[in-house]
Amino acid sequence: MLNTYTWPEYSYVQSEDQKNATITRRPVIVIGAGLIGLSAALDLARHGIPVVVLDDNNTVSIGSRAVCYAKRPLEIWDRLGIADKMIEKGISWNVGKVFFKEDLAYEFDLLPEEGHKMPAMINLQQYYCEEFLVDEVLKHNDLIDLRWKHKLISLTQHEEHTSLQVETPDGVFTMECDWMIACDGANSMVRDMVKAAFTGQFFQDRFLIADVVMKADFPTERWFWFDPIFHKNQSALLHKQSDDVWRLDFQMGWDADPKEVTKPENVIPMIKAMLGDDTDFELEWVSIYQFACRRIDNFRYGRILFAGDAAHQVSPFGARGANTGIQDIDNLTWKLKLVMEGKAPESFLDSYNEERAFAADDNLLNSTRSTDFITPKSKGSRIFRDAVLELSKKYEFARPLVNSGRLSVPTPYIHSSLNTPDEDLFESSMKPGTNCIDAPIVAAGAEGWLLNALGDGFTLLVFGDAPNVTAVKLGDISAQVMTVGVQFEDKAGIMTTRYDGAEGAVYLIRPDHHVAARWRIFDQEKIVAALARATGQN
Amino acid sequence: MALNLKRNIARPDDFYQELIDMQRDMNEADVQAMNAKLILILSNHIGDQEILSEAMSLVRPAGHGRT
Repeated sequence: MLNTYTWPEYSYVQSEDQKNATITRRPVIVIGAGLIGLSAALDLARHGIPVVVLDDNNTVSIGSRAVCYAKRPLEIWDRLGIADKMIEKGISWNVGKVFFKEDLAYEFDLLPEEGHKMPAMINLQQYYCEEFLVDEVLKHNDLIDLRWKHKLISLTQHEEHTSLQVETPDGVFTMECDWMIACDGANSMVRDMVKAAFTGQFFQDRFLIADVVMKADFPTERWFWFDPIFHKNQSALLHKQSDDVWRLDFQMGWDADPKEVTKPENVIPMIKAMLGDDTDFELEWVSIYQFACRRIDNFRYGRILFAGDAAHQVSPFGARGANTGIQDIDNLTWKLKLVMEGKAPESFLDSYNEERAFAADDNLLNSTRSTDFITPKSKGSRIFRDAVLELSKKYEFARPLVNSGRLSVPTPYIHSSLNTPDEDLFESSMKPGTNCIDAPIVAAGAEGWLLNALGDGFTLLVFGDAPNVTAVKLGDISAQVMTVGVQFEDKAGIMTTRYDGAEGAVYLIRPDHHVAARWRIFDQEKIVAALARATGQN
Repeated sequence: MALNLKRNIARPDDFYQELIDMQRDMNEADVQAMNAKLILILSNHIGDQEILSEAMSLVRPAGHGRT
């Protein structure tokens, strides 16, 4: 059906385990080779951990699903070596327009802040992202064993391992792993197998997605309509993707018959009404969906960890699904590594649930709020919604109240038990629990970026004076010292401003580039205590 | 600053008449839309979330919405 994309078909290969009927205990098995599972595999490999990835299919995401990728996941993918490819293939956009009934209500420009390597947001079809991830995974086949057509059919959890029954075209065989990461999507089988609860709110509404190819002169902007004349009492969205593919999204209401409304003879007139009769387009993909906002009760079930849609499902408004899933992996892998190496207690992994459930709840809240604005649940809320939109045409104050999706930004782990609370005063948003903001640097005469310079382990980012040490150690865990003006320079002064380092500062930064603690002076004892706290050892 | 529930409108009769006159001869839907806009405009003028929350809690029936 697709005119612009041909799905790769990856070949099924019978594994040695199955052929020889041997059971090799694997350190980590990832279930699901989607955006999240593949990212998990790459991040584990980066940490030197061998991993087997099982997927019941043999290709990338079918149809168009995730579209928008935000700065933070791009930063994580940059560490995995694939962000450049995504940005090159993707579409960058800054201008959004909001329409109400027949009028343009207002427009906004995201005006991305200078001094970041990654853009604020790109649009790209999910299948491209997955294809790039697979290409990268194949480069690391010394550590990543990616197996297609391997379907998990049951599992048994033991004290220190999990055993799995896996079905392939050659039949069923048994595998074992120390740790499992379940990235098997919103309908996660693993979640059912461990009998986890997955509760939240279902929305009684249906949305129709149409991806169309058109060479029209539509600007690269995000257009959102509330109650447009071409689709009365509903909402509609137009967003550009790669290859002249445009994502159209029509709210259809709960009564819409999924079979009827997705027929081309019903979809095409609706699109013509939106784009104008004389716009040439080809229909590439049509599907209808309804959604829920819900999350798993615990991201950790013993030695099974849940990530991505398997752990939380949000409405599509705000692009919070894939974006937050990638951040789950960012949070999980370094913790798992420390536990696997015996450097942190197993209970340390509870902090994965603590931090990512907190982020999921924040995403669910934002997502639910957007949904309530886009599809008001009562007459009263519809009246207020329309009043906001009407006022937004004339008055600037009403525009921040308009909610057609709050674009995904990372949730700082402000209450995390891994943080050491501030005791010194800082004029900077880099509070403990916050992801490090990027900044331009100059290292060995070459221009670069702070986030690329930070290491894979703990880092002590020092502004000003520091004792002559290269690292601070707590047992086998060490934090490498990086002093501004020594390892690299802050020529533009942007980093010093963003971290409020002008009068001296010491930041203890976690392997996932989140601030664990910060002080005005370099105090080894305090650093060691903060390291212990950040690795669950107190 | 707390929500002011003391007299604050200099000419109460004039204000009240203007408020009522505004809605005269309008249908129910238009009145509701207009009142919603008025609430939004005045809320923005007040701005302070605590005061807005306090005002909402005064008129919210028991057991409705957030407490």
